[in-house]
Amino acid sequence: MATTDSFANYVIRRVLQAIPVVIGVVVLNFTLLHLAPGDPAIVLVGEAGGATEEVLKEVRKEFGLDKSLLEQLWIYLKKIAKGDLGFSYFQGKPVLELILEKIPATILLILTAILLAVIFGVLAGVASAQRPTSLGSSFITIFSLFGFSMPVFWLGIMFILAFSLYIPLLPGHGMLTVGLVGDCWFIAKDILSHLILPAFTLAFIYIAQYSRLSRASMLEVIGSDYVRTARAKGLPERAVIYKHALRNAILPILTIFGIQIGHLLAGAVLVETVFTWPGMGRLMFEGILRRDYPLIMGILIFSSILVIIANLLTDLLYGFVDPRIRRR
Amino acid sequence: MFYLKKSFLKITLIFTLLLLFPLMVFSYSMAQTKIPRGGTLKMIYQEPTHLNMAIVSGTPTGIPGCQIFAGLLQFDENFKPLPYLAKKWEVSPDGKLYTFWLEEKAVFHDGKPITSEDVAFSLETVKANHPFGVAMYRAVEKIDTSNPHIVKFHLNYPYPAFMFALHPLLLPVIPKHVYGQGEIRKNPANYKPVGSGPFKFVEWKRGQHIIFEKNEKFFRKGRPYLDRIIIEFIPDSNARTVSMETGATHLVPFSYIARDDALRLAKLPQFAMTEKGYEAIGSRTWFAVNLRKPPLSDKKVRKAIAHSLDRNFIVKQIFLGLGKPATAPFHHAGPFYHGNLPQYDYNLDKANKLLDEAGYKRKADGMRFDVNIDWIPNPTYQSVCEYAREQLKKIGINANLRASPDFPGWASRISAWDFDLNFDSVFDYPDPVIGIERMYISKNIKKLIWTNTMGYNNPEVDRLFAEAQIEQNFAKRKNLYLKVQEILWDELPLIWIQEGGFYTVYNKEYEGIPMDVWGTINPYDAVYWRKGKAE
Repeated sequence: MATTDSFANYVIRRVLQAIPVVIGVVVLNFTLLHLAPGDPAIVLVGEAGGATEEVLKEVRKEFGLDKSLLEQLWIYLKKIAKGDLGFSYFQGKPVLELILEKIPATILLILTAILLAVIFGVLAGVASAQRPTSLGSSFITIFSLFGFSMPVFWLGIMFILAFSLYIPLLPGHGMLTVGLVGDCWFIAKDILSHLILPAFTLAFIYIAQYSRLSRASMLEVIGSDYVRTARAKGLPERAVIYKHALRNAILPILTIFGIQIGHLLAGAVLVETVFTWPGMGRLMFEGILRRDYPLIMGILIFSSILVIIANLLTDLLYGFVDPRIRRR
Repeated sequence: MFYLKKSFLKITLIFTLLLLFPLMVFSYSMAQTKIPRGGTLKMIYQEPTHLNMAIVSGTPTGIPGCQIFAGLLQFDENFKPLPYLAKKWEVSPDGKLYTFWLEEKAVFHDGKPITSEDVAFSLETVKANHPFGVAMYRAVEKIDTSNPHIVKFHLNYPYPAFMFALHPLLLPVIPKHVYGQGEIRKNPANYKPVGSGPFKFVEWKRGQHIIFEKNEKFFRKGRPYLDRIIIEFIPDSNARTVSMETGATHLVPFSYIARDDALRLAKLPQFAMTEKGYEAIGSRTWFAVNLRKPPLSDKKVRKAIAHSLDRNFIVKQIFLGLGKPATAPFHHAGPFYHGNLPQYDYNLDKANKLLDEAGYKRKADGMRFDVNIDWIPNPTYQSVCEYAREQLKKIGINANLRASPDFPGWASRISAWDFDLNFDSVFDYPDPVIGIERMYISKNIKKLIWTNTMGYNNPEVDRLFAEAQIEQNFAKRKNLYLKVQEILWDELPLIWIQEGGFYTVYNKEYEGIPMDVWGTINPYDAVYWRKGKAE
């Protein structure tokens, strides 16, 4: 019981710690965004411009852009305290509704990328650590270096060229074939075919990172006493590696996973733009291009909350993977 | 008897065959010329803010908007008006009364008939809300809607530009019963529009696509030929090219595919590329000069800059051969173009001499003075500015390039008149009253982009533009505009560089893509898919 209470206290403490972080994110981003040059009213009224001063004034008034920065910030803080993220200038919809519409696509993309990164990265790292001097290990090391060096947007374009144009196996943009009609299974298959290229693009750098990290971590663990003991007990090699060694070696990967959620969200902006994936990253890109302040702010708040949740989950996972931490 | 019977049969057979053969050939050729129906046209273009082009300018709204909303007139390849929602029209001899007879059978997508009331409501809405509204319709004094199928525009003064302002892009006929409720900017129909054009709105998935489907009740019999139009929004330039190349996209208007990619695609057998269809837009690029600041306030300095830039090089090397070097202040395809102006040839000696004469001698470091160069964010425009910097250095002008992070950032700087030279692109539109005079008349010196931000003030130019605006006689009107161009060309408030340069890339499986002066900003009712069903 005491353990449950302390666990609940721990979670509550972490959530309370998150509140000033979110407020900090709001104030900092709000100020930075509004200090950047550019008037959204000009973009809003007409792509070909030529709006009269009266029309511009009216638009600025309608969206509260005629008020001072401090006034605008105060109004915004009051709104978000009530759970109102504001109204998108350009999309003509409440920001929360827009984010909720787009977030499933981003979560699907990010989770798939994480899954691919963990599976391929850890497997590659473990395989490389088992035979550190083999040709395969050298190949994995070179691949990791390649993965680190590739800019996400370039890699995305290369994948599109390779697998959509020259070998037309997979669709190169969108999440679903426009106007597709069919049962759930048919639609799921279509989404899956659209998901493969962007997910691999996003995962690529993390596959490289995880493989290097798990290789280093495994090399350290494989040489430790308890692994030698496990081998001496006559356990099969597979059990020694995957049951005993990997469990300890995976802890550093979990540590960086929490931190990387933020990076993954940033990477998703690029990947979603290259692949026209209809997620939050695309929404952010459009928002920035058009100075849609409420939309950008809403996405930043949401992203910061996602990062906080991911870090919290990482801490909890730590305890799950390593019982010693749980007992502490 | 038998012989006779046999020969009679033979003759009858031959005659029948002779008669039938041309008939068969005729029927076959008829079957061949029948326009195929069905199919989906997939396009890529920029995502609009909303779909009510009565209150917003720009092609992202205009291209889909022309599928939804019909207008009174269309235009042919020579700017000649053609019937659309107006089946005929009449202009009074004094040029102050325009009468249009509407298509009686025309209905909106919700089945309600289109009346003169709707046309009047549309014009009032555009006048009050569209960026060009006042400029286009300030002459309209009263609209007579007493007959539901006849609309009469009473003008305060003769206004020959009026006809050009009746294309659906500029005057979309919107239903009063839908858009007349509440404040127009907040009307939900701006996002789910109801019009009377060849296609009906089906769905808009933000950031993804808009789908339109055939309007079965379209007033042009048998049109449209296509079943659906899908406009997809793909922000990445490379992804757009790949989509076109894989056949997933069939039409990309307004240079929305990078120049080098478009030129490469045009060499493939399945694609075509055309610069036709942008005459009414009359796009041109120029360096706007802030005339308030010396030394740019000196005409000789501006002329020196004009002589230092090789327009042929810019068009050939930077715009990759697309468009033409600018040879006059008005677009060459427009009806009022001046084709006999002395050209500012590329001549560095002349440029240096002009600067010396203006009193800006080279200092010890070889330079005369500094200027800033801004440009509307665009990689090609940046290249032009980089080229200009090197050219200006050759005549002793030290140019500092000031990049803007994005469009709003650039717009803020220009509307605050915080620039020396600004490389920009503006549309002339089909009549000088709509698109050209806004840049030069003194009452349009405003802190707004695409107005007279240069601060140009010449009473003679103001007078000529004002006179031309109401001149009914085409020859006299043209003469006034020729005089305007002579003055502008001599005074150089803008240093004109290139004109045109927009292009459309399309898949050859689709025919009937509009190529008149408005090009792809037109209803696509005549577009058909060659592989459709020939019914």
